[in-house]
Amino acid sequence: MTSWKDIEEGAIIKHNTDKSPRTGDWRYMKPAVDKKSCIGCGICFSPCPEACIDYDSERKADIDYDICKGCGVCATICPQKAIKMTKN
Amino acid sequence: MSEKKENLALTGGAAAAEALKQINPDVMPVYPITPQTPIIEVYAKMVADGEADTEMIEVESEHSAMSATVGASAAGVRAMTASSSQGILLMAEILPIASGMRLPILMLVSARAISAPINIHCDHQDMMFVRDSGWIQIFSENAQEVYDNTFIALKLAEKVRLPAMVIMDGFQTSHSVENLEILESSVAKNFAGTYQPKNYLLNFDDPKTFGPVGLPNSYFEFKRAQIEAMDGILGEIGEIFEKYGKISGRNYDVFESYKLEDAERVIVVAGSTAGTAKVAVDELREKGEKVGLLKIKLFRPFPYARIAEALKNVKKIAVLDRTVPLGSTAPLYGEIIQILCTIPNTKYTVQSCIYGLGGREIFKADIKKIFEDLSKDEVEGIKYIGLK
Repeated sequence: MTSWKDIEEGAIIKHNTDKSPRTGDWRYMKPAVDKKSCIGCGICFSPCPEACIDYDSERKADIDYDICKGCGVCATICPQKAIKMTKN
Repeated sequence: MSEKKENLALTGGAAAAEALKQINPDVMPVYPITPQTPIIEVYAKMVADGEADTEMIEVESEHSAMSATVGASAAGVRAMTASSSQGILLMAEILPIASGMRLPILMLVSARAISAPINIHCDHQDMMFVRDSGWIQIFSENAQEVYDNTFIALKLAEKVRLPAMVIMDGFQTSHSVENLEILESSVAKNFAGTYQPKNYLLNFDDPKTFGPVGLPNSYFEFKRAQIEAMDGILGEIGEIFEKYGKISGRNYDVFESYKLEDAERVIVVAGSTAGTAKVAVDELREKGEKVGLLKIKLFRPFPYARIAEALKNVKKIAVLDRTVPLGSTAPLYGEIIQILCTIPNTKYTVQSCIYGLGGREIFKADIKKIFEDLSKDEVEGIKYIGLK
């Protein structure tokens, strides 16, 4: 147990993604990218509220499922309809 | 302008803006409200004229002003704002977040009454409303003190990493033109120094999380540490007063003792009324009456031990509160009573007075009457000064 004398000032703690909650665990619907249809336009990147979409090695949309909450914005916005929401 | 020490005739609001110009904060989110507006109005003109390069953000409410100030301060820059009355009440949700995250934000306050009924004039209700928000609160008597306290509060806030309010009386100080001496620009800039944040969000080498959840297993400890930081201010502020005294020639303390050494009857008051009280004290002293004044400056944290020491030989005290004690004792009176309880084997006559609500005038004659009534031994509950 950390005593009040040793606790972080102002509750400002060292950033540590290993200790942070996996928001992906909250997901009910899961976006699946059809890599064949994806044209790598990147339009889905910035609307993602978790900023968890990036390019994979083939320059296709790649979702970090540890973080993705399954909101479905990417599936709605994809001009190629390459992202489909499926049951998690 | 202001390349050397000089005397200027300025309103309290403009005096604060003059200090801000010399400090040149990085970000200042602002929203207008009477009687605070002269501060940001004068400062916005200085920025527009290129005399300072602060990024001023015109937000849509005081809630947003304080939120944006918290964001800027957490990002790692010197951030300030100014407000008054209902504006401060709208900020109230964010004030404890600023102090809880230990952000050294400076807020200039032009103290004003609270609705209802609507009143734009001075009293200290807004400041008493937020006195437990974890902010440092420093009252100023006049424009000179507003200017000086802005520098002192800035350095104090940054040293202890807690937010601070520099308080002037609405209209009486914020809108009245007074003669004051301002520091030479280079000296002022040197005193303000450059801000070095301890923890900040834009530090990519050492990433930090601000505002995490603190559940029952840690919240208590975080708050206890914050109490310690607040109490620690009393040990830090002396050095800042001393440094400021060296560059300005004006030596301050956590409160001002005015003819207190041999005083038998004393008035305790904060803000601009102390000026009126000083004149009353001087005139009564000329008649040989042993009267004195204790002017409150640092209200949060409250310097209990020091004030107890200053009042230990006084027997009759009148405490003047400029706020509405609804269902309780007046706050300053309560603090003084609490101090006096700690002094053993003494008996005090302490009179609680309420004055100046919603800008009601208080005159020298009123102060003299308070001193005169103090010479009697009985205390009459709360005395309402100037009530019709």
